[in-house]
Amino acid sequence: MAATNGPAFEQPASFAFDADSEAEITKIVARYPVGKQASAVIPALYIVQKQMKRDTGSAWVPLKGMDAVGARLGMPPIRVYEVATFYFMFNMKPIGKYHLQVCTTTPCWLRGSDAVTEACQHATGIRNFGDTSADGLFTMTEVECLGACVNAPILQVDDDFYEDMDTEKVNALLAALRRGERPAPGSMTGRQTSAPDGGATTLNTLQFAPEG
Amino acid sequence: MLLDKDRIFTNLYGQHDPFLKGARSRGDWDNTVAILSRGRDAIIQEMKDSGLRGRGGAGFPTGLKWSFMPKQSDRPCYLVVNGDESEPGTCKDRDILRHDPHKLIEGCLVAGFAMGATAAYIYVRGEFYNEIMAVQHAIDEAYEAGLIGKNACGSGYDYDVFLHRGAGAYICGEETALIESLEGKKGMPRMKPPFPAGVGLYGCPSTVNNVESIAVAPTILRRGAAWFTSLGRPNNAGQKLFCISGHVNKPCNVEEELGIPLRELIERYAGGVRGGWDNLLAIIPGGASVPLLPKSICDEVLMDFDSLRAVRSGLGTAAVIVMDKSTDIIKAIARLSKFYMHESCGQCTPCREGTGWMWRVMTRMVEGRATSDEIDTLEAVTRQIEGHTICALGDAAAWPIQGLIRHFRPVMEERIAAYRKKPMPMAAE
Amino acid sequence: MAKVTIDGIVVEVASGSTILQAAEQAGIEIPRFCYHERLSIAGNCRMCLVEVEKTPPKPIASCGYPVADGMVVHTDSPMVRKGRRGVMEFLLINHPLDCPICDQGGECDLQDQAMGFGADHSRYDENKRAVPDKNLGPLVKTSMNRCIHCTRCIRFITEVAGVPDLGATARGEHMEVGTYVEKALGSELSGNIIDLCPVGALTSKPYAFVARPWELAKVDSIDVLDAIGTNIRIDARGTEVLRILPRINEDVNEEWLGDKSRFAMDGLKRRRLDRPWVRENGKLRAATWDQAFAAIAAKLKTLQGDRIGAIAGDLCDAESVLALKDLLANLGSTNVDCRQDGARLDATRRDFYCFNTSIAGIEEADAILIVGSNPRKEAPVLNARIRKAWLASGMPIGLIGSETDLTYAVTHLGASPSALTDLHTGAHDFAKILANAKKPMIIVGQGALARPDGSAILAAAWRLAAHVGALSADWHGFNVLHTAAGRVGALDLGFVPGPNGKSVDAMLDGGVDLLWLLGADGFDPARIASGTFVVYQGHHGDAGAQRADVILPGAAYTEKSGTYVNTEGRAQRAFKAVYPPGEAREDWTILRAFSAIVGKTLPYDTIEALRTRMEQIHPAFGRVGFLPRFGCSDHSGPAGDPAVLSDAPLVSTVANYYVTDPISRSSPTMAACIAAQDQTALAAE
Repeated sequence: MAATNGPAFEQPASFAFDADSEAEITKIVARYPVGKQASAVIPALYIVQKQMKRDTGSAWVPLKGMDAVGARLGMPPIRVYEVATFYFMFNMKPIGKYHLQVCTTTPCWLRGSDAVTEACQHATGIRNFGDTSADGLFTMTEVECLGACVNAPILQVDDDFYEDMDTEKVNALLAALRRGERPAPGSMTGRQTSAPDGGATTLNTLQFAPEG
Repeated sequence: MLLDKDRIFTNLYGQHDPFLKGARSRGDWDNTVAILSRGRDAIIQEMKDSGLRGRGGAGFPTGLKWSFMPKQSDRPCYLVVNGDESEPGTCKDRDILRHDPHKLIEGCLVAGFAMGATAAYIYVRGEFYNEIMAVQHAIDEAYEAGLIGKNACGSGYDYDVFLHRGAGAYICGEETALIESLEGKKGMPRMKPPFPAGVGLYGCPSTVNNVESIAVAPTILRRGAAWFTSLGRPNNAGQKLFCISGHVNKPCNVEEELGIPLRELIERYAGGVRGGWDNLLAIIPGGASVPLLPKSICDEVLMDFDSLRAVRSGLGTAAVIVMDKSTDIIKAIARLSKFYMHESCGQCTPCREGTGWMWRVMTRMVEGRATSDEIDTLEAVTRQIEGHTICALGDAAAWPIQGLIRHFRPVMEERIAAYRKKPMPMAAE
Repeated sequence: MAKVTIDGIVVEVASGSTILQAAEQAGIEIPRFCYHERLSIAGNCRMCLVEVEKTPPKPIASCGYPVADGMVVHTDSPMVRKGRRGVMEFLLINHPLDCPICDQGGECDLQDQAMGFGADHSRYDENKRAVPDKNLGPLVKTSMNRCIHCTRCIRFITEVAGVPDLGATARGEHMEVGTYVEKALGSELSGNIIDLCPVGALTSKPYAFVARPWELAKVDSIDVLDAIGTNIRIDARGTEVLRILPRINEDVNEEWLGDKSRFAMDGLKRRRLDRPWVRENGKLRAATWDQAFAAIAAKLKTLQGDRIGAIAGDLCDAESVLALKDLLANLGSTNVDCRQDGARLDATRRDFYCFNTSIAGIEEADAILIVGSNPRKEAPVLNARIRKAWLASGMPIGLIGSETDLTYAVTHLGASPSALTDLHTGAHDFAKILANAKKPMIIVGQGALARPDGSAILAAAWRLAAHVGALSADWHGFNVLHTAAGRVGALDLGFVPGPNGKSVDAMLDGGVDLLWLLGADGFDPARIASGTFVVYQGHHGDAGAQRADVILPGAAYTEKSGTYVNTEGRAQRAFKAVYPPGEAREDWTILRAFSAIVGKTLPYDTIEALRTRMEQIHPAFGRVGFLPRFGCSDHSGPAGDPAVLSDAPLVSTVANYYVTDPISRSSPTMAACIAAQDQTALAAE
């Protein structure tokens, strides 16, 4: 069975939600009114993707996973396929252990996202966006604006934003990942989140009630 | 200049505890029941009086929007909070979600109460995974403390707040696309009418508000409309989060009054333009969708809805993207064209076909591999898209190019001329 | 009501109408691709733009915009023309220039509207998009480069057909219409998406590259492959039927057509009887008409009237049925029967055997009970009407019979007819639903009647109908759903055993010595007693012809003028589109000619005279196309004891939708559909 859109690759023969996934879905479905459980389709697809990561080391959504979502939520399979292919964060084919998502939209590009891309290419051997490194460790994807523009450029690894990146910082980050480390996400220059470099120039005169 | 005492987002940079204890110390959830006890009409009137205009980009008066909800409804009503922050240049809601989530949740309660909603759904873009974790934690805290849920804040009002994670689609920031997405469908905008206040989420009356619009509501209600209108400029009341990115020395987010001069905003907070103000080429003042402004306009323009509209641009999300003279301005805009092509939902003909066309022509324009007639064609194509689609993504895709042509046509012409002068690659001779 | 001014014309339209509907009322046609009046509004093609005064200065999509009182609309202003030209340009930039090899050519909305709004040259210098074609099974051919993403096909399959197989995956310019996972469309109505597709993206696979529309002769006709009487148009070139399309009839089929009725026509070219045959020494020998007639006449000479019988098949036109009945009467026989499947239909009163509520009346119903029928397979177009009514009202629908997906929610009340007793006694919850309904319907299928206790089930269903208030002066909720196009007409004409006449069973069991089969192939010919002399008159070398002693080649429905009475009791006229093959003749003329040979000349020389006689027998034949609806004030039911129901489960008489009659059995396309069906079933395992 092959999808008609997209490249052919091996699909697992079956998929079933494990106990963790099922518990999560039950919790999420409860957020929506009775009969509106289709609202949970995006969360459920995330759960499939996460379970695939647990089971296979690669976070992606196979056909059987989409069918399982449809069956669980009472949706025709095609409606699930539509959703899964519409939203960009569902990987419709297997990816590497680390998902390098380089934002190249204008605010990041102005701050040097080309260098981030090149550093990723250099460090992983990946030539094109969408490809996975030969060692299966990295997949590099070009993503659109991540919504952290005052900390541009951004390199998102899986769920974490690494901000204020440059060539050296990419190299250091990827080296750490190879060692199995997960550096704390956020600004790599050490500045306080979205405050200007060198420290906040506002909000310094406030006294709050004692906490608690 | 806005003083710290008048700032709403007092934990903007996350120096303090973002969760319940910290939030309470900053005044959140302080006697919320007193606000609710004023009644629906009084709350809406106060919001109308405050002159708050929606912080998501369109600038529609928030109080007025709330008043569109039915006074009586036999169906459930919903508040839907738009946290799908994806407009390039914009990263303000992110700070609210991760550093001041209780302002948002309290806002959900007072806004939802004012419009007779039974629940709020906060839709946050999927990439904000860590921000979502923070908001979910804050929601859990609020339930536990009895601030929301049954008998919220002891008001006798039952009110739920749910979080919904998106999955990577800019279009879901459009309110009806967001509703579709929340219903478990592709984020394809709906035709209006009917408007969400009549037929919204699950076919029920709904109001969709930006995160910032909702998060500022409790403070406005506490400090009063008069305080809010004392800030900003007439018809552009209050303060606002600005995001300053691109070629500045110290990119940052900051809360300031509407109407602050653009130059002052950049020089005071963002360390100035890289290489000095004279090194400025152009600024996109309100997120990628609005037309750019050349330096000559930036010198004087004020940062509010009406002032920017007057110079044929817009405040949008107040995301200021600064470009200095080293910028290949054609490439900067071409990259935005690629963004809109990538994010078009594909529903309407002009946007589906036109965004790809524009990007392909823009790609050639970057090289200069075009004719100057094609600049006119490109301009015509933007006009054929603008105003011809269900939602405003078509407009948003058209405007940056229109701004480029309006202010930088000579640069495009030069690029074309330079390309023509280059020796042609030898044909098979 | 709202008063709207459109291009200076003032019209009053119902509030809630769209601008496009108002314009139609004003006689102004607005171009459209995605809008279709029978589908939900998508508003995506943007072709129907108009200008509305006192709105923001941009064009508005008229298909989805509600009118307001006092609205002033312009459909041909400079803004509108510019907008539509822009949309047309966008549609064309990625549309291939393959009109010369496109089957839609000549009947393509895009082609037509490009004449009005297209430019004379292209400003698009980039490469065109390439989209892989999809395999949607043996009926619908795809050429997805041509797709303009109007989503009509998706909306039809989802909304009308109720088989959500089609969708649009991915987004933006990469959006593709298809099934995503390759599979044949699982709907019996899939061919309609070919008609709905405004471009050549979806075309007929069997008809691919066969003809151009302007080469075809178009003749109005009536479909006979189920009993709905779908109004069709037959497109023929020379002697060949090339295409069958639906015609609009709001009361019958709206504008839909079942796949079998659309695509089985290649069965008209195969296994045809194109000359008379006579059996000699056990072998069929080609013969002349004179020889064939002589052989029958010789046999008849030896027989008394009561040893002669006739059975009419499912596809028969009323004219030939009456001619056959009259011939038998002239020969002294009342041994005639049209219930070849043994259905225990009671012909004594018309509302005992008709779909009395009418097809359009389904939309008024507020509860339905289906007994022994699978309308999806037996009458897909009627089933779509049930679905439409169900979608609109959410009415409860109960089913007695085998559980199956009917494309709407049903409450399964059991497999055996005893459920009827439970409903009558109130032992089942659904009884309350029926009793509380204002306009309940009971639909009895042939699966409930073509069995030994058929009369009992018919009587029990009627009794229940009376009991739950389905029979009243202004509502007749008792319905028989037929599967044979010729059945109701034959019942109207009294083609059932007369006093002391023999039924199908009796005739097959040796009750007659000469059996005339008029297109009757619906039973195992081995059941015919060995000594019986069989005359087969029909168009296909199917079951009946194999057993025949004399074969008289008749005409298929496309080859003769005929009257068919549908399951509602609506008489409709079909016209001859092509000539019958070889020496085959229109059936009533064969009977008329033979009657003269045996000296029992039928009293009509023209089809008009024959039709006058039909009208004399039953007034339904005098109101062609028209169906008066009656209530029911006489509650006395059909013959049969409602107490003697058996426990045998009810099974639909249509085992496989694609093969039900000699034509579909001969159709390679239908065979391909079955193969695809099997493959889908295999993949699902």
